[in-house]
Amino acid sequence: MRPAQRVYLREVLSGLGLTARHFFVNMGRHIAHALGRRNARGAVTIQYPEEHRGYSPRLRSLHRLVRREDGSPRCVACMMCETVCPAYCIYIVAGEHPNPEIEKVCEAFSIDLGKCVFCGYCVEACPEDAIRMDTGILGDAPRARARRTRREASVSGTHPPRPDPVACRPPSSSPSPPSPSPRPSG
Amino acid sequence: MPGTLTDASIAFGLVTFVMLFVLNLGGLMTWIERKQAAIMQDRIGANRASIFGLRLMGLFHPLADAIKMLTKEAFYPARADRVLFSLAPFVSVFFALVAFASIPFGDTLSIAGREVPLQALTFNVGLLYVFAMLSLGVYGVMMAGWSSANNFALLGGQRAAALMITAEVAIGASIVGVVMVYGSLNLMDIVRGQGALLGGWLPMWGIITQPLAFVLFLTAGIAATKRIPFDMPEGESEIIGYFVEYSGMKFGLFVMADFLETVVIAGMTVSLFLGGWQVPYLGREGWAFPWGATIVLPRLPVALLQVAAFVFKLVVMIWFLMLIRWTLPRFRYDQAMRLGWLGLFPLSIANIVLTGGALLLWGPR
Repeated sequence: MRPAQRVYLREVLSGLGLTARHFFVNMGRHIAHALGRRNARGAVTIQYPEEHRGYSPRLRSLHRLVRREDGSPRCVACMMCETVCPAYCIYIVAGEHPNPEIEKVCEAFSIDLGKCVFCGYCVEACPEDAIRMDTGILGDAPRARARRTRREASVSGTHPPRPDPVACRPPSSSPSPPSPSPRPSG
Repeated sequence: MPGTLTDASIAFGLVTFVMLFVLNLGGLMTWIERKQAAIMQDRIGANRASIFGLRLMGLFHPLADAIKMLTKEAFYPARADRVLFSLAPFVSVFFALVAFASIPFGDTLSIAGREVPLQALTFNVGLLYVFAMLSLGVYGVMMAGWSSANNFALLGGQRAAALMITAEVAIGASIVGVVMVYGSLNLMDIVRGQGALLGGWLPMWGIITQPLAFVLFLTAGIAATKRIPFDMPEGESEIIGYFVEYSGMKFGLFVMADFLETVVIAGMTVSLFLGGWQVPYLGREGWAFPWGATIVLPRLPVALLQVAAFVFKLVVMIWFLMLIRWTLPRFRYDQAMRLGWLGLFPLSIANIVLTGGALLLWGPR
């Protein structure tokens, strides 16, 4: 340690200068705000219950089930995502495929968005690239999201207590015309 | 007899004024501390307490704290010495409160034909009195540590005693220089002496005549308040400290004592080094500037200006102490001891020698 540092006083003064500068700059902004300059903000605080901070438009929080060329879901009901999900919010119902060479197929795929923590593990775990997370909706507060999910919970017929916002269509034996994907896959 | 009655009421008024001033300032300091720390850290600070939707920038938080603390359970540890345990916070806060009494907050004022010095306690050894009271304050802390029947509390009390001795020695040695320059232990005389002009234009404040003593005194004074750069007695990250067993308002009184000690140290710094109630160039008859201009003022506005100057300097000093408290990390125990005994104390002695030499060369004969 240099002798100047050992005295400690100069470092104290430079530290005090830094905090004092923060104090005066923020105080000036607070006063300007009180005097009517609405865009002057002396603090980074967001007063949460009254004031919400919007999500970034780049937040990937919208689950999307990817379909094949023929419109059937890519999901093969391997249960990897259901297993890896830390919030236990994925419910998959597996069914038989008419083609005996195909092991099984997903009949219902539901995600409880009220429980989902948006970690993206399901996307990473999926061996078939059947589930992705997109930017888009769910830009509002989590509580509003949970309310909506509960309201939609009665949509699913297969799991009465469970929500079914992203149910996949059961595979039909006859090839149906490819239905347009709800969003362009990216 | 009416004369004694007038004297008594003047004394009562002064004491009441000083006590309410210090007490309310101490209570308000919880708010100042929260808000100042928040502003320094780009935050807003506590602002949720409201009465009928009125928030007043969080000014009701001290009130809410008091209500919370008064309604909490008063807990006594099983093997605690109940008398000492109850007495300790009161001892602590009492000595912090009375220490302010001999700090002058204005020049003499003529009330009812008497020249009344504006200080609660007119005392020839006021300086010694303040430090005696500050030193006695540590007894409350030691009593708390001893009577809690808790080893961490005992350790905190011991640390408080060690820190207080360290700080007291440095404080005592650093103010000797001030006493030598102004030639008095009476705080009123010391403040009067700071009204003189050095070379005809520079106010002879203590910070100008004794710059080294100012730094030493301030450092040791912060140590005496037991607040953060020197919070070994509390040591929140290791031993919690002497008040670990306290709850409710008894705990609140310890916190209050720390705030009051901060007020006292700020008041002492203002009185000894920042000219006390002196306004530059303002004498009893009004302003007399060194370049010849004069503004004649009656006595009362002058006195009010001086009281306002004292309060202003006090608030600035408290702000500065808060700034230090929210800027510096805490010292380790051994670091504080080394700073006190190997830094502040020898430098204070050197300051006394230097002051003596300077007075011998240039001082008044």
